[in-house]
Amino acid sequence: MYNFEFEKPSTIADAVAALGAEDAQALGGGQTLIPTLKQRLAAPSALVSLSGIAEMKGVCVDDDGSVSIGGATTHATVEAEAADSYPAMAALAGQIGDPAVRNRGTIGGSVANNDPAACYPAGVLGSGATIITNSRQIGADDFFEGLFTTALEEGEIITSIRFPVPQAASYQKFLQPASRFALVGVYLARFADGVRVAVTGASEDGVFRWSEAEEALNKEFRPDALMDLRINPANMIGDLHGSKDYRAHLVGVMTKRAVEACM
Amino acid sequence: MTQVSMTVNGKSVSGDVEGRTLLSSFLRDHLSLTGTHVGCDTAQCGACVVHVNGEAVKSCNMLALEADGADVGTIEGQANDDGSLNVIQQAFQDHHGLQCGFCTPGMVMSTAALLKDNPRPTEAEVRKYLEGNLCRCTGYHNIVKAIMAASGQDVSSIAAE
Repeated sequence: MYNFEFEKPSTIADAVAALGAEDAQALGGGQTLIPTLKQRLAAPSALVSLSGIAEMKGVCVDDDGSVSIGGATTHATVEAEAADSYPAMAALAGQIGDPAVRNRGTIGGSVANNDPAACYPAGVLGSGATIITNSRQIGADDFFEGLFTTALEEGEIITSIRFPVPQAASYQKFLQPASRFALVGVYLARFADGVRVAVTGASEDGVFRWSEAEEALNKEFRPDALMDLRINPANMIGDLHGSKDYRAHLVGVMTKRAVEACM
Repeated sequence: MTQVSMTVNGKSVSGDVEGRTLLSSFLRDHLSLTGTHVGCDTAQCGACVVHVNGEAVKSCNMLALEADGADVGTIEGQANDDGSLNVIQQAFQDHHGLQCGFCTPGMVMSTAALLKDNPRPTEAEVRKYLEGNLCRCTGYHNIVKAIMAASGQDVSSIAAE
């Protein structure tokens, strides 16, 4: 690792100020960033830890029934504290990495990083959540812009994420057991006004909504509604863990399982 | 250099570290607590698991300065006060839950964290909890057996000898 200054502010305002320095970078739980630094793939001048900001931690239910999760909330805390208010999201959190990773990794860090195989981007996009930063609110459909790319500006911090709670939802993860990321993961959420299907792990452009599946399921919410649908493998990730065709096939399989889980 | 202070196995310690100093490096190189092993250094293998404020974390994937003011527990703090092996350590010995022993500090620390939250886990829960702790010798069966025994459960029906 190249060396850097370390700062741990206790308020969002102080963190934003510290991130104003040239080449400063925010540090969530560090479960991706620290390995990246070890590989010397990043060389920030300063790391600004968000783990000391109490107002960015925890899960709460808002007056309108939506669930807000602070950006610095660990996966383990989401698994425990969202279990009653948004069980499908708690279940997703409980499938990330391993227990020790879940005790450090945060939802804000995962969403800001937008790894193409991470779990949370599927949950956030599939729920149609709102990403709340220190300066604005961004709808999930406008937030994820591609591989490791989001709508966040330099120095902008995800302070919380607000989830509308669906009538039913399920995250189906086909685990890549070495990395513990998703080889393919599908988050399906069924709301009164329609179904949302978000896919992670599969596309070279990162998380995406499978609109054909949404249309089919809006007409008829049962697994067979997906029978004739095929994802085009051209844009899928192909690597030694699975070919493009294999991943395209898995998207259908995992979506079908998610429908079954929501019946 | 920045001063970092924390409690390690009940004792107050401090030292001067760089921003990039890992918690595992601070424990091993500054405090000479070399029981915490660094296996993969990529947060996969779990040999470096310690407790930070009671929670299992991979110390090779946490900055020392992030643990400033924290209560840290390592394998060196696991034995009983008289120096004898604690229940978990003794069960690992009794059930042959280690061979080369490299992964064992992480296994013991993860086990302690598991049993704190779930004092009588099922075999499936034990195996699930150990997903972040790799062992290349034992094939896991005897580790699982040791953990079931440490939680006071009958292990006569568990798969491998």
